[in-house]
Amino acid sequence: MSAVEKVAQAQLREDLPQFHPGDTLRVHVKIKEGDKERVQPFEGVVIARRGRGIQKTFTLRRVSFGIGVERIFPLHSPTLQNIEVIRSGKVRRAKLYYLREKKGKKATRIKEKTRKVKVKAPSAQ
Amino acid sequence: MAVKGILGKKLGMTQLFADDGRVIPVTVLKAGPCVVVQRKTTENDGYEAVQLGLVEFVKPQRVNKPRGGHFKKHNVPPVRLLREFRLADGKDEVKAGDKVLVEEVFKPEDRVDVIGVSKGRGWAGVVRRYHFRGGNASHGSMFHRAPGSIGASSYPSRVWPGQRMAGQMGNKRATVRSLRVVKVDAEEHLLLVRGAVPGANGGYVLIQASTKLGKRRK
Repeated sequence: MSAVEKVAQAQLREDLPQFHPGDTLRVHVKIKEGDKERVQPFEGVVIARRGRGIQKTFTLRRVSFGIGVERIFPLHSPTLQNIEVIRSGKVRRAKLYYLREKKGKKATRIKEKTRKVKVKAPSAQ
Repeated sequence: MAVKGILGKKLGMTQLFADDGRVIPVTVLKAGPCVVVQRKTTENDGYEAVQLGLVEFVKPQRVNKPRGGHFKKHNVPPVRLLREFRLADGKDEVKAGDKVLVEEVFKPEDRVDVIGVSKGRGWAGVVRRYHFRGGNASHGSMFHRAPGSIGASSYPSRVWPGQRMAGQMGNKRATVRSLRVVKVDAEEHLLLVRGAVPGANGGYVLIQASTKLGKRRK
């Protein structure tokens, strides 16, 4: 590991779940207002992940009252209290920017993915 | 410690998160350890300074004879990089052979100036070098990326000194002033400063206490 990577090593978070583009997440973001701190959830589809190491980010997209909203979160940010994976989507590309052009049902329709749970197959006799 | 500077090497950039989640862009500098090679005094040299050497492995055959003699005279092992830092007065007890370490020179929230050699861009035209606007690419224009008039015919009828023209860009000493020290790692001899620093990764830099007062300076 390079010295530069080592510097940010301590801030990398390991408490976050695995997720992929196409998954629907609910992210709980800590927000500071004056002295008070509160938590705001944001729910959306992961349309992109980029960067590596401490600079890794992911983009969530949701359609709110007919208006598309996208938020980019730094994955290792201390403001992310929690990430919940609500649904896993089955998609065939890494960047789902095509969703921006889709309207209505198409914009939200991502087939659910049933992940193959790795179960040790009983050994053949 | 009276020496207000240190020599180092640019390792690269990364980012850190502040407690409130803000991202701080930082440059990681390997700062020192340095050794005082020579103490220059008013009596001897006409001014007060220390000559620092960056402690780094250097092949013996890469040290030429004049340099080798210089190191031998002051009884220090050979180093690759030598630079001087001026001292304010002659009272400081600094002598050849003294170690200079980052944690003794800088602490977080200090302001530093970083001097390095900027990345070379070669021979560049005025559009790239000085952000001249240039002309239309089409519509019959024959004035594309040329500098335009440099001196007119009646007045001044010559070229002003300092007229910006095409030429070598970069690969030149450059200073970035008043960078905030984010973190000092004494164990690894690292200095983290907020913002960018001149030169490529692996380039040598001089780091010294800022000569400019930052706004948030006490």
